[in-house]
Amino acid sequence: MRIRFWLWVPLALFAFFAGLAAYMLTQEKEQFVASTMIGQPLPDFALPPAFGALPGASKADFTGGKPRLLNIWASWCLPCIAEAPQLDALKAQGVEIVGIAIRDRPEDVANFLSRYGNPYSRIGSDTISEVQLAIGSSGVPETFVIDAKGLIRYQHIGDIRADDVPKLLAELEKAR
Amino acid sequence: MIRWLFAGLLALIALPLSMPGLAQDTMPPAPYAYNQLDDPRLEAEASTLMHSLRCLKCQSQSIADSDAPMAGDMRHQVRSRILAGESPDQIRRWLIARYGDYVSYEPEVSSTTWPLFAVPVLVILIVAGVLLRRLGKRRGDDAGEAA
Repeated sequence: MRIRFWLWVPLALFAFFAGLAAYMLTQEKEQFVASTMIGQPLPDFALPPAFGALPGASKADFTGGKPRLLNIWASWCLPCIAEAPQLDALKAQGVEIVGIAIRDRPEDVANFLSRYGNPYSRIGSDTISEVQLAIGSSGVPETFVIDAKGLIRYQHIGDIRADDVPKLLAELEKAR
Repeated sequence: MIRWLFAGLLALIALPLSMPGLAQDTMPPAPYAYNQLDDPRLEAEASTLMHSLRCLKCQSQSIADSDAPMAGDMRHQVRSRILAGESPDQIRRWLIARYGDYVSYEPEVSSTTWPLFAVPVLVILIVAGVLLRRLGKRRGDDAGEAA
């Protein structure tokens, strides 16, 4: 009798794993890769201006005074268009937003900003995704909260929706 | 009428196909994205490393296999860092510090992955224990019968 019972164990285990696999297949896959640089200082960088009208961006622009947003974006990125009004709303709340344009051309940047508004205080041009890789960002758009000491405090992946704005404002307040 | 329907159908098919094209940049690839290093020894080092790094945009490909612009930029990082004298291990650790174990196709032992390595060893030990006990017993019985 005891032996009979133990004979069922492998089958039960198999059924458990098959069930688990079937369940996991139906679950939404987390396809974002989060940065593991949260709590770390911003790496050293100095990027040239992305277009004529605004200065470029460097690590030094993030130190002193108040926390800021670092927005990774590109003129060729469709969700960045959807995000533009929310960046404007954040700017209206007094938030300084420093942009980094990924793999972009000056004329395209200028065109995008004239069409969808310019919420940035400065925009650095990262033509080979160098700074993007250095801060652990894996796509556009992404937004980082950087505190006054230059520490990376929070990462928002994907475009900022209207209901993400309060969360970002709270994270900026926390980084104060 | 049928012609219009057909044209509409074609447009419906073509629209989603053309969408990803819109979300691509028009910049030329980074210098070392598609150009090999001059020194074949260094290029071999870079190539081995690139095959073991995951593309962040196209997550089931290595950066060596992917044509995504970001994979090209990652290859540029790998090659230019190798050229600057960094070791493949240093570069891998630099990327893992930014993206976690995820970026590595070679499983790393860490606080989340250690069971992957521990469980097989444990199973082998248990099986070895059971086998030894059973075989040992049987040999003992054989010895008993022979006597």
